[in-house]
Amino acid sequence: MTAHDPSLARPNTPVTTYRYDEFDAAFVRERVAEFREQVRRRLEGSLTEDEFRPFRLMNGLYLQLHAYMLRVAIPYGTLTARQMRRLADIADKYDRGYGHFTTRQNLQYNWPKLIDTPDILEALAEVEMHAIQTSGNCIRNVTADHFSGVAPDEIEDPRATAEFLRQWSSAHPEFSFLPRKFKIAVTGSEHDRAAIMVHDVGLRIMTNAAGDVGYQVVVGGGLGRTPFVGKVLRDYLPRADLLAYLEAVMRVYNRFGRRDNKYKARIKILVHEKGIEEVRAAIEAEFVAMDRGVFSYDPTEFERIAAFFTPPPYEALPAESAKLRAERVAHPAFGNFVEVNAAPHRVPGYAIVTVSLKPIGGIPGDATSQQMRVLAEASERFGFGELRISHEQNVILPHVKQDDLFDLWKLLDGAGLATANAGLVSDIISCPGLDYCALATARSIPIAQAISKRFSDLSRQRRIGKLGIKISGCINACGHHHVGAIGILGLEKKGQESYQITLGGDPTFSASIGEILGPGVTAEQVPDVIEHIVDFYLAERQEGETFIETWRRIGHARFKDVLRREGEDGADI
Amino acid sequence: MSALKHPQILLASDLADGEVLFLGAEGWERDHRRARVARDKEEAAVLEGVGKAEIAKNRVVDVYLADVDVGADGAPTPLHYREKMRLKGPSVRPDLGKQAKGAA
Repeated sequence: MTAHDPSLARPNTPVTTYRYDEFDAAFVRERVAEFREQVRRRLEGSLTEDEFRPFRLMNGLYLQLHAYMLRVAIPYGTLTARQMRRLADIADKYDRGYGHFTTRQNLQYNWPKLIDTPDILEALAEVEMHAIQTSGNCIRNVTADHFSGVAPDEIEDPRATAEFLRQWSSAHPEFSFLPRKFKIAVTGSEHDRAAIMVHDVGLRIMTNAAGDVGYQVVVGGGLGRTPFVGKVLRDYLPRADLLAYLEAVMRVYNRFGRRDNKYKARIKILVHEKGIEEVRAAIEAEFVAMDRGVFSYDPTEFERIAAFFTPPPYEALPAESAKLRAERVAHPAFGNFVEVNAAPHRVPGYAIVTVSLKPIGGIPGDATSQQMRVLAEASERFGFGELRISHEQNVILPHVKQDDLFDLWKLLDGAGLATANAGLVSDIISCPGLDYCALATARSIPIAQAISKRFSDLSRQRRIGKLGIKISGCINACGHHHVGAIGILGLEKKGQESYQITLGGDPTFSASIGEILGPGVTAEQVPDVIEHIVDFYLAERQEGETFIETWRRIGHARFKDVLRREGEDGADI
Repeated sequence: MSALKHPQILLASDLADGEVLFLGAEGWERDHRRARVARDKEEAAVLEGVGKAEIAKNRVVDVYLADVDVGADGAPTPLHYREKMRLKGPSVRPDLGKQAKGAA
């Protein structure tokens, strides 16, 4: 192999991802070296666990039920092929050949050894990745719409804003020890794919009457023990005020957020207890009083960052591919894949492809190292070397030529990655639950698997249409069950796993928290209950109605009543 | 001797790799069947004392007692499904965890 070997040529090099500068790279390298020393001191005994715990959490390392768990940041869900390959290599060398993609657009390794974690972090740093602020009471990994930059309904690519905020929030000295974790999500489209209404702060890119781009600021959303839909703090915030205003939000939260009870330490509780008007008044007062010079907007810096997210060199193509049309007819399974997993692209002749990590009966969000490599290859051959991780635990290829969809499908199919169920009833969000998580009160993955198997017929799934099922193994709601059209929460009841079902949750701009259907059911009963709910929806829906639309039209009580009649006495449902 | 409602064993996580350990007659064991069983509060307190000392020696973390049922063969089985899970590994990945090594 020589430097001129054609096999080394990579025509589709990633061009729409942020690249570290020398400062970024040095900062991450220093953090790895610092953590290496902390691990050494822990293993030799000069640091106790109480002393070490905050250090390991600052580097994304948890202790779970069976082993350590390392949570790797994937900022705003964007990955290059090279990074995806490195994640695969780490899974093979330091873990057990797979990784788990999460609802925070992160990746979790479930079996790292403590002594290996500095080496893992070093391997990540080599490809501009890290695990900083994936844990702890700080501003967490900023998330964004997984269709960023390619969605037809987009006002502006939200990743520039997300990266701008990442640089502001990373190792922010004033916000490294907040009352609790703090999560920010950004969307730039008319449809919310980032669930901004259920984050501590949600930012919606919009324009004002003058056509200037700014943000609607939503605050106080969140799931967990006490779920709330966020409230609008500012209808329109000029971009020039973004950092200063968020600084004011964080200062008010840091000052007034409760520290007496960790379950009440989130900004959503502050907003709930004080009211949005009082919180807004405090933030606006801080915003006016603070020295804003330190946070003054530097348009050059924003534009520098935004330049990393400019579109790749698309070809000029017809809006619809004749080749694709013929292949869809010739290969029905491929046609179904395109119908369900390909979304319209803002550029004619291209498509956005969702690669489902929810094979029938599989573990939601898990990918083997081999599958990661196939995804990397797919992105290089068919998508400018770029991938996205969605909060729905799937992988997105954002720039696929319609002409290439058939070849892409064949490649994915060979790796078990061509399940045509994106957004359908078996595309289930599920946290790791008690199979891995030390906080969980019940298992969630087996419930997802059982439902997925029950609805294994993909043609039936297409008849049912878009329907989000979300499952959490405890009240911390990592599986977003509160905003599932059908939500499932695993709890403990008299020493047994018990599952509470909610209906009517919605993670989009029309956000709502699901309502409880009735007493919990056993794991074995869950698929039957879900099937009854789905059948009732199918019987009641009007033409073109989604599940949530039907539920809102006919009301929760109707669902509850029919399921009560399905049970012997209603007590089990 | 103060009676316990149920016999108990002491669980911990290995500092180096996080694997579940059980305090046995001669130190930490990776197989729960070799766990030492406390049948009264005094014995349980002894187990806890060993656990605290082992924490201080930086060998283990997350030490706690769990109620068990003792079978005819003398092997303890935790009563709660959480600890039953820890004995084996992920129920959705029988190829991983202690179950893959045949310890449970």
